Amino acid sequence: MTTPATGAHAHAGSHGHEPGHHETSFFHKYLWSTDHKMIAMQYLFTGAALALIGGYLAYVFRMQLAFPGHVVPGYGLVTPNRYNSLVTIHGSIMIFWVAMPVLVAAFGNFLIPLMIGCDDMVFPRINRLSYQIFLLSALILLSSFLVKGGAFGGAWTSYPPLSAKGIYNLSPLGSTLWLVAVALEFVAFLLGGLNFIVTTMNGRAPGMRMWDIPVVVWMIVIASVLFMASVGPLIAGAIMLLFDQRLGTGFFDPGRGGDPLLWQHLFWFFGHPEVYVVLLPALGIVAEIITVFARKKLFGYRTILYTTWATGVLSFVVWAHHQFIAGIDPRMANVFTITTLLISVPITEMIFVYIATLYGGSIQFTTPMLWALSFIAEFLIGGVTGIFLGASGADIYFHDTYFVVAHFHYTFFPSAIIGMFAGLTFWYPKMFGRMLNETLGKIHFWGTIIAFNMIFLPLFITGAAGDQRRIYDYALFPEQMRPELQHLRQLSTVGVMILMTFQVFFLVNFFWSLKHGKRAGENPWLSNTLEWTVPSPPPHGNFAELPTVYRGPYEYATPGRKEDYWPQNAPITPLEEGAL
Amino acid sequence: MLERFATGASTYAPSIDHLILLIAVIVGFWLIVAEIALFWLMARFRRRDGHAPQYVTGEEKHLTKWVTIPHFLVIACDLVIIVPAILVWMNVKQTLPPAQETVRVFSQQWAWSFQQPGPDGILDTADDIRTVGELHVKENTVYHFELRSRDVLHSFSVPVFRLKQDAVPGRTIVGWFKATRTGTFDIQCTQMCGMGHGLMAGRIVVETPQQHAAWMKRVSSPALAASVAPSSDTAADNSKIAEVSR
Amino acid sequence: MSTTARSIANLRSVTGIPTARLVTWWVIASEIFIFGGLLASYVMHRLAHPEWGIAASHTNTAAGATNTFVLLTSSLFAVLAHKAADAHDGPKAAKFLRLTALGGLVFLTIKGLEWTHEIREGFVLASGGFWSFYYTVAGLHALHVLAGLIIMLVFAVDVAKNENLPRVQCIGLYWHFVDIIWIFLFPLLYIAK
Repeated sequence: MTTPATGAHAHAGSHGHEPGHHETSFFHKYLWSTDHKMIAMQYLFTGAALALIGGYLAYVFRMQLAFPGHVVPGYGLVTPNRYNSLVTIHGSIMIFWVAMPVLVAAFGNFLIPLMIGCDDMVFPRINRLSYQIFLLSALILLSSFLVKGGAFGGAWTSYPPLSAKGIYNLSPLGSTLWLVAVALEFVAFLLGGLNFIVTTMNGRAPGMRMWDIPVVVWMIVIASVLFMASVGPLIAGAIMLLFDQRLGTGFFDPGRGGDPLLWQHLFWFFGHPEVYVVLLPALGIVAEIITVFARKKLFGYRTILYTTWATGVLSFVVWAHHQFIAGIDPRMANVFTITTLLISVPITEMIFVYIATLYGGSIQFTTPMLWALSFIAEFLIGGVTGIFLGASGADIYFHDTYFVVAHFHYTFFPSAIIGMFAGLTFWYPKMFGRMLNETLGKIHFWGTIIAFNMIFLPLFITGAAGDQRRIYDYALFPEQMRPELQHLRQLSTVGVMILMTFQVFFLVNFFWSLKHGKRAGENPWLSNTLEWTVPSPPPHGNFAELPTVYRGPYEYATPGRKEDYWPQNAPITPLEEGAL
Repeated sequence: MLERFATGASTYAPSIDHLILLIAVIVGFWLIVAEIALFWLMARFRRRDGHAPQYVTGEEKHLTKWVTIPHFLVIACDLVIIVPAILVWMNVKQTLPPAQETVRVFSQQWAWSFQQPGPDGILDTADDIRTVGELHVKENTVYHFELRSRDVLHSFSVPVFRLKQDAVPGRTIVGWFKATRTGTFDIQCTQMCGMGHGLMAGRIVVETPQQHAAWMKRVSSPALAASVAPSSDTAADNSKIAEVSR
Repeated sequence: MSTTARSIANLRSVTGIPTARLVTWWVIASEIFIFGGLLASYVMHRLAHPEWGIAASHTNTAAGATNTFVLLTSSLFAVLAHKAADAHDGPKAAKFLRLTALGGLVFLTIKGLEWTHEIREGFVLASGGFWSFYYTVAGLHALHVLAGLIIMLVFAVDVAKNENLPRVQCIGLYWHFVDIIWIFLFPLLYIAK
C-alpha cells in the first residue's frame, strides 16, 4: 500500500535509535520505523493510494449516472447492488481513509514535532501502532469487495435496520467488515490523537508559549480533541451494531425494544464534529501558507483560536440537523436550526480573518498559495450552501437530494483535496529536499479547480430539481428524466474524467521532482516556523541542537528589521533590541 | 425560484420556495461580498516592486471593526433566516390542520402501498381501497398520511409537494399535505433502503373531486378491480402484498 | 529497534504534569465518552421501557454489591501502592499492586459465577433489551478490569526492582476510573428494578 521507495531520499534510516547500529533493513527503515516523519509518509502514501481507489469508484458510478445501463470501461456493468456498494465505499474511503490520514495523521505526524521543536512524538511506538491498525482497517475495508455478497452498500451512514440484518442489506459479511474496519480506524486515530495532544502539551521547545504555537499545530490538536470527544459514543454504537449483526441482539430493532433512531443520534453526534476534524487541519495549513506568501502576520491570531474553539464546541450541539425529517420530535428541529445557524458566526469570522490577512501584504502566487487561496474561495460556497440545509424549513425539500451532495463536496473537497495539495506543495521541499516544478504545478492546479467546479456546480441544480441521492438510474422517476437534467449529470461526469486526467500532472511532477527538482535548501520560502531551520529532509531526531523559541510564528515584515521574516528561534541581538 | 426547477403543487410549496429564495438572497449577498473582497485583495496586494508588506497584527481597534461588524451582521442575518425557517417548519411538520381525509402509506423493500377509505369514508372497513405504487388523492383537500415501514428505513418524498418524511419501522408518523394542482407526480424513496432503493418509485395522482369519485367507483367495483392492479415496474416484489382488494 | 529509547519529547513536561500521567488522563477521557455513549443509550431506552424492570429483577444484587465492595477495596490497595511508590519502596508497591490485581481477579470470578447462573436460567445476550445492555455494558467493563489487572501484574515485575515507579500512579488512576464506572453500572443495572 505504501510506496516507501520515495523515502529513499530521506535520511531517516541512516541513524538507528541506538548509536553504532547503522545497518537497518528495508523493513525496519520503512515499515517498522518509529520516526514520526516516516510514519507521516506511510499515512500520506496510504491515504493517496486510497484516494485513487476512491476516485476510481466515483468514476464508475458517475459513468453509470451519465450513461445508465452501459458497460463502464474499466469496470463492467453497474448493477443496483454494486452501485450501492460503490457509493458507500467511496464515501467511507474518502472521509475515513483519505481525509483523516492525510490531513490529520500525515501532516500532524510530520509537522507537530518539527514545528514545536522536539525530536519525535512523545510515544513513538504508539504512533507506529496507530499506523499499523490504520493499515489493517484499510485492508479489511478493501477485502470486503471480495467476499460473498459484496461490499456493504447501506450508505456511509450505515443506518439500521438496513445495516443490522443480512436479510435486508444482502451483504451480511460486507456490512460486518465495514463496521470492523471503521471501528479499527477509530482506534487508530484515537491513538494518533493522544500523541498529537500530549506531544503539543508537553513536548514544546523552551520558550514556546501557547500563543507561539503555529496555527496548523493548534488546529490538528483541536481536531484531535474534537475527534476524541465525539467518537466514543459511536464506538459504543459500533459495538451495539456489531452485536445486532452477529449475536442476535436487538439494540436497533424496534420489534425487540430497540430504536433505529438511536444509531442516527450516535452517528451524527460523531458525524458533525468529524466535519470539523477534517476541516480544521486544512484551515491550519492554509494559515501557514497565506502568511508566508503574503509576507504578513496573521490577522488576529487569537481571534482564530477563539473562533476555532467556539466552532468546535458548537459542533457538538448541532447533530440533529442531519435528522430533521428522520422522525424525531419536530420540536427538536427548532432548537437545532438555531444552533446550526449560530455556528455560521464563528466560522464566517474565521474566514474573514483569513481574507483580512491578505490586506497590506505582498502576495506571490506560487502553487501552494494558489491552492490556499482557492481553498478560501471554494469553501465559501460550501459554507453558504450549508445554510439551506441547516434551516429546517428549507431542509424538508433539500434533504437527501444532490444539493446535499454538492454542498458537502464543497466543504470536503476543499478540506481534503485542496488542503492536501496545498500542504503537499508547500512542505514538499521540506519532506523530500527538492522543489516541485511550478509550471506543472500550476497546470495541475487549474485543471483540478476547474474540473472540480464542473463536477459539483451542476449537482446543485439537479438537487434543486429534485434528484434524490443514491439512485443508480432515474428511469422510474419521470420528473427526473428530463433531458436537461441528464445533460447536467453528464457534464458532471465529464468533470470527473478531466479531474482524474489532470492528476497525472501531479504524479509526474511529484516523482520527477524527487530526483530532478532544484535542491531546496533549509528555508526556500523564507518562512519563520521551526521546521524550516533544519536540513531538508530533516534527519532522524530532527534538530542537531534543540531550538529555543523567542517569538510567535508569523513575524513577517516586522518594522525595523532588514529581512522581512524573523525565525521563531532567532535570538534577539542587542542591536535589534534597540531598534524595537 | 425553485419553481423553475420543480413544479410546486401543495399549499406549503410556495412558503418553502419563498424561504429558499430568502436564504439564497442573503447567503448570495455574503458569498459575493466575501469573494469580491478576496479577489480584490489578491489583485490589490499582489507583489510589486517598491511595495513593502505592512506589519498589521489584526488587534488594532480601527482594523478589528472589519471583523466585528460582519460578526454582528451575520448574527442579524441568521435571525432573519431562523425565524421564517422555524415558521415554515412548524406549518409543515409541527402543527397539523384538521384532516379531511386520511390515508395510510406503507413502505417496504422496495415498494409503496397505500390504504385509503372506500366509499364509506372510514378507514379499516371492508371497502378500504388498497393500492400499490399509486396513490389517488383529491385536490384542495387536507390529507393526513400515516406513514409506516415494514422493514427498514424509507423516506416518503413527493418533490412537487416539497414533502419528505422518513418512515421508521415500529412507528407511525403522521403528516399532512393539501394538493393544489391536478396531475400525476413522482413519489420517491429518499432514504437508502437496500438493493432496490433506485427502483422504489411511486406515483401520486391528484384529481378533481369528480375524477376522484369516478376512480373510487371504478376500483370499488369488484369486476374491474383487476384493471387497476399496479404497473409491474413500480414494485419489484409486490406479489406478497396488497393488490386492489375488498 | 531499541525498546527502551525514549524521545526527548517524552522527557519534557511543559505543562508540569509528567507525560505518562497526562496521557493516562487523556485515555480516561476518551474512555469516558465510550462508556458515556453506552450508558446514555441504556438510560434512554430504560426510561422508555418500564417493563425492563422485570428483567432487571432477575439480576443478583448481592453479587453486584459484593463486587462493588471488592473493587472499592482493590482501589484502596492501588492508593497504598501509589503511596509506597512515592516513598520509593518498590517491593512494597509491587505487593500492593498484586493485591489490587487480586481484587480484580475476585471481581471477575464473582462476575463469571453470576453470569454462568444467569445464562443457565436462560438469560443470554439476545434475550431482550435489558439483557443485551446488561451483558454489553458489564462485559465491556469486565474487559477493562481484565486489561487493568494484566497491565498491573506486568508493571509489578519492574516495580519490585524499584524501576519505573511513576507507572504505579498511572495504572492506579486507570483502576480508579474502572472502579468509578462500576459505581455507575451497579445502581443502573442491579438496583433500578
